[in-house]
Formats: sequence, C-alpha cells, structure tokens
Amino acid sequence: MAGLHKSEFANPVINWIDTRLPIFTMMQKEYGVFPTPKNFNYLWNFGALAMVILMIMIATGIFLAMNYQPNTDLAFNSVQHIMRDVNFGWLIRYAHQNGASMFFIVTYIHIFRGLYYGSYKTPRELLWMLGVVILILMMATAFMGYVLPWGQMSYWGATVITNLFSAFPVVGPKIVTLLWGGFSVDQPTLNRFFALHYLLPFVLVGVIFLHVAALHITGSNNPLGIDVKSPQDTLPFHPYYTVKDSVGICAFMAFFACFIFFFPNLLGDPNNFIPANPLSTPADIVPEWYFLPYYAILRSVPNKLLGVCMMFGSLIVLFVLPWLDTSPVRSARFRPIYKMLIWVWVAAFVVLGICGAHKPEGIWVILSRIATLYYFAHFLVVLPILGKLERPLPLPESISQPVLGRRSGGGPLPGAAPAKPMEKA
Amino acid sequence: MRPMRSLLASAFAAALSFSAPVMAAEEPAMPNVGWKFEKLFGTYDLASAQRGFQIYSNVCANCHSMSLLHYRDLEGIGLDAGQIKAITAGVTVPQGTDDQGAPKEGPATPANTFKSPFANDKAARSANNGALPPDLSLIVNAREGGPNYIYGIITGFAEAPSTFKMQDGMYYNKMYPGHQIAMPQPLQDGTVEYADGTGTSLDQEARDVVTFLSWASNPEMVERKQMGVRIVLFFIFMTGITYAVKRRLWSDVH
Repeated sequence: MAGLHKSEFANPVINWIDTRLPIFTMMQKEYGVFPTPKNFNYLWNFGALAMVILMIMIATGIFLAMNYQPNTDLAFNSVQHIMRDVNFGWLIRYAHQNGASMFFIVTYIHIFRGLYYGSYKTPRELLWMLGVVILILMMATAFMGYVLPWGQMSYWGATVITNLFSAFPVVGPKIVTLLWGGFSVDQPTLNRFFALHYLLPFVLVGVIFLHVAALHITGSNNPLGIDVKSPQDTLPFHPYYTVKDSVGICAFMAFFACFIFFFPNLLGDPNNFIPANPLSTPADIVPEWYFLPYYAILRSVPNKLLGVCMMFGSLIVLFVLPWLDTSPVRSARFRPIYKMLIWVWVAAFVVLGICGAHKPEGIWVILSRIATLYYFAHFLVVLPILGKLERPLPLPESISQPVLGRRSGGGPLPGAAPAKPMEKA
Repeated sequence: MRPMRSLLASAFAAALSFSAPVMAAEEPAMPNVGWKFEKLFGTYDLASAQRGFQIYSNVCANCHSMSLLHYRDLEGIGLDAGQIKAITAGVTVPQGTDDQGAPKEGPATPANTFKSPFANDKAARSANNGALPPDLSLIVNAREGGPNYIYGIITGFAEAPSTFKMQDGMYYNKMYPGHQIAMPQPLQDGTVEYADGTGTSLDQEARDVVTFLSWASNPEMVERKQMGVRIVLFFIFMTGITYAVKRRLWSDVH
C-alpha cells in the first residue's frame, strides 16, 4: 500500500518528515497514547531500567574501546591507563564495570516479575522466549567483557568456562579450539572476545527491539494477570508511565552511583588486579556474582558432561516454561500455592548463588544439590502438576474493579457500580 | 569498600558458622587499623602518604617496582612540581638511542614512570632467591583485606614457632598464607628517619607506607568520593521531585 502518510502533526517540519516516514506517528502511537494497564506496580519499572543501563553500557563501552588495547601484553596496563590518565577514565570504567552488575540485578528482578505475575503465559510466550534469548546474550557479553582487562580472574575464568565446552563428545574439543583461536587462552582469544564483546550489545539491541515490538502487539501484563477489558482499565503511556518510570530511574541511578563512587570494587575480585599469568593459578577461581547460581549447578553434578548440560539446561528450560506451567491463571496473587513456591524457587536460586561462591566441599555440595534439584523440579514437575491441582482464588471482573470485588468477600461483583469513565484514557 | 566486603563475608560466615570453625583455626585474624581513607567520606592523610613515599623510595623500591605510576602523579600526595623535579633529577633512565644508534641514558622527567629496580622478572628472581617481588602499583586492591592485609604483612614478622618447619631462605610471617614468605622483614622500629619529626615506630612506618600504597592503587579516590556525594544527592533529589510530579499527575487515577 504505497502512498504518503497523512500526518496530524502541526509543526511543518515534523509534518513534512512524518508524511514521508511516519516515525513521529509511530512514537506517538507506541509511547505517547499507547494504552497501558493502569495498575502497574514499581516492579514494572525494571524493563525500562534495563534499557537505560544498556544505553549506559554502550556509551561507556565505546569510550573505553577508544583507549583499550586488545593485546595480551598491553590490555592490563591499558585499563590502568584509562583509570589513571584518561580524563574521567575512572568514572567511565567504574560505570561500565559496575553497570554490568546493575544490568544483571535489574534483569533478574525483571525476570522475577515475569515469573511472579505469569507474564510468560499466552499470548506472551514469544515475548518471554525473546527475553530468554536476551538473558543468554547478556551472559555471553558479560563473560567476554570480564576477560578483557586480562587480570588473573579474567584469564582463569575464561580458561575454566571455555573448557566446559570440551565436555561435549566429538565436537567439544573443536568448539574449544574455535573459541580460543588456538590451543590455549591467548592473544587470538582476547582479540576475538573483544570483537564479539563489541558486537553482541548491538545484537542485543536488535533482540530487545523485537522483545518490545512483541510487547506492543500483546500489550503488557499487569499485577492482576487479567486481560484489559475496556479503555477504563488503561492509561496512556505518556505521561503516566513515563513519569512513573522516571521515578524508578532516578532512584536506581542513586543506587548505581553509590557503587560507582563509594564501593566501585565491592562486587569485583582482588585477583583481577593482578595481571594474567598462565603459569600461576589463583587459589579459587570464582566467576562474577551473577553467574554463581549457574556455576553452583555445574559443580553440583559429579559428571562434567551432565553438569554442563544441567547448567545450560537451567536456562534452556525457561524457553518451554510457558508450556510447563499448566495453570490458566497468570498472577501469583490468585494462586495461593504457587505464591509460596515461587519464593521457594527464589530461595533455591539465592542458595545456589551462595554455594557458587564457596568451594564445593562439605555442606556446600549438599546444599547446592538440594537447590539444583528444586530449581529443575519447580519447572519440570511442580508447575505442570500444580496447574491441575491448585484451586485459584476468584479473579476480579476487570482491572478497574478489583478493589470493589475484594471488599465484598472474595467473589467479584458482577456489574458493580458503573466505573467512572477515565477522562484522559 | 573493604569494611563492607568483610562485613558481608562475616555475615555469611556467621549465618553458616557450622562450617566455619575448620577455617578459623588456620587463618590469622585480619588486623583492623581503622584507616581514615576507608571511611565513606574519608580522604588520604597526605603527610602520611608522603612519609610512606619516603619509605617506598628508601626501602621497598630496592626490590619492588611500581610501574604504573609516573613521577608526575606524586602531585596527588601533595608534592609540588619543584619537589617532583628534584626527585626525578636523581633518577637515571634509558632514553632511547643516540645519533649513533647506541642506547642512551639520562635523568628522568616527571613524565617518566617510576624506575623499576630490575631490568626484568628474571633478573628480579635471580636477585631474590627465586622469588619475584610483586609490583606494588595495585597491591592494595589486589589482596583480600586490602590495606589491613598489607599492614598485617609488614607488621606480621615473628620468630617461627619451634614446631614449625621453615624452608631455607624463607621468613615466618603471621599474616602470610602458609606463614612462609620470601621477603625478609622490611621495616623495624627506626628503619627510616622522618624530616617532620614523626615517631618511627614499626606501627607508624607501616601505617605511612600502606597509606601511600593505598593512594597509589586508587589515586582517584578523593575526587571520586567528592563527585559521588554530589551525584548521589542529585539523584535522591530528582527521585523526590519526580515522585512528587508522579503523585500529582496520578491523583485523578482511581
């Protein structure tokens, strides 16, 4: 359907552009008047927060790349050159380094939000699956980024993690050689990790675009987990959610700034201040905190191949989650048993994180095995069965009427007092 | 940052203390010196850092390099350009080649990095009984426990217990993992003499040199914290403002 777009913008320049390329109309539709459920709580901030952090990571990363040398002899000192000699280099570098941790904090909360309120259920399965792709890409990017400063933990972390692929029969060793670009972690490894670390964030941007596009087809879930029934249930995205997201962004930036300016190395490892030395292995090789739960899953299994499969499986299982959860009710608010078990799952995830930080001996092995068992059982056993057994609480009639419905003793009031039409909706 | 870290660590350890006693018996307690610069808004004691630089130059620099520091960086501990020039005038460094292509040497400039005591790692090892003295540019950041650990090493030398089997050429140190360190005790009471009349107990010397090394590891710290106060306050203020706007805007939503 060729033809000029009929733009409604009064400003002649905007109108001229919009007639030929209706990006302003699109922005107005998707971010201006976009109908958004009116009952979001602050957990719905975390998608926007993740977006903001990604932008910060890309911006700081580009400036770091201008001064960084992807060379095994120069990399470590070039990072210190950034820290000491480049104007505000320490700020850019600490923002990037801590930004990675912030990205994972925000993303994990965002994922928890999805799990708690059942945002992965129909019709948002594909939206959820794209989210899992984003998580995996983020992890790959973060892992390769951690290698770049070429400290001891960079080097040995890279060695341990890349070696995991060797567990796969037949192709395993070939994959490892390909990752390394040789027969050990060395110059070619650092160079290709740098190239990929620069590339993947832009792939991330692409997948996030699809994630958001899919969101704008299905519309957002909400804390009640029920569908939008009428315009009274929604608010235009702007200004209601632009301002609500701004509150979250400012608060989160204050939290982020505390790390950058006062505790920049709290989440780092002292060993990474020692230049990489292939001849000296650190006493403990520990990944960054955001990988610890997966590391614990890996080490909870005595068999290497099985451990690697479980580790990757812990992410892969998320892809099929929309079909494993058989309950038609989305929000945990109306699922009394699920509401408890999701916290058990969170506890298992946290316990795994703590176990991952300790040597796999004694109590830590037992704890990590129990937690691993529940991590998988929750998805593979509990959720399929629970959907059939659990008796959900009665759902409210609509987003506009949950309060009225609850006050009358449980059940929704059919045709309760006609809701006041929203003037701005 | 460090207190926070050890606080978290001890919180974990306390929560899971049933597994801790085995470890506790082997690991010496980390000293807690209460560094001013470790406090949330703390700064470096520049007089102490300057005395620490004196100790580094007179004692540590005989074996330990600090290759990431430039002489010009010493402005950060309060030395002026004249004082830095006076230091570099006494240091001879390689300066490329002369017109005939032969290697040339000359006095250092403030733009030079600190001169290393050994030409390379092999030379350092051969002069030190096979052990490599680590570069000290980042030493405070590179050890668990940070300044307290370095202080613990410097003050941790002692007679080995009679039951303890020492290897040749090693020294007993309470702080060092395994208790055998290749470094002989570097500082004692009165090792250096301070121009400002500060007492030269081992404790004071160790505090001074650790203050200097902490500055060397994090020279941006003071500027960072000062900027941090303003930025954190700004975002807290902005959170308040946007929250007020949000309340106002949402007041007609039910």
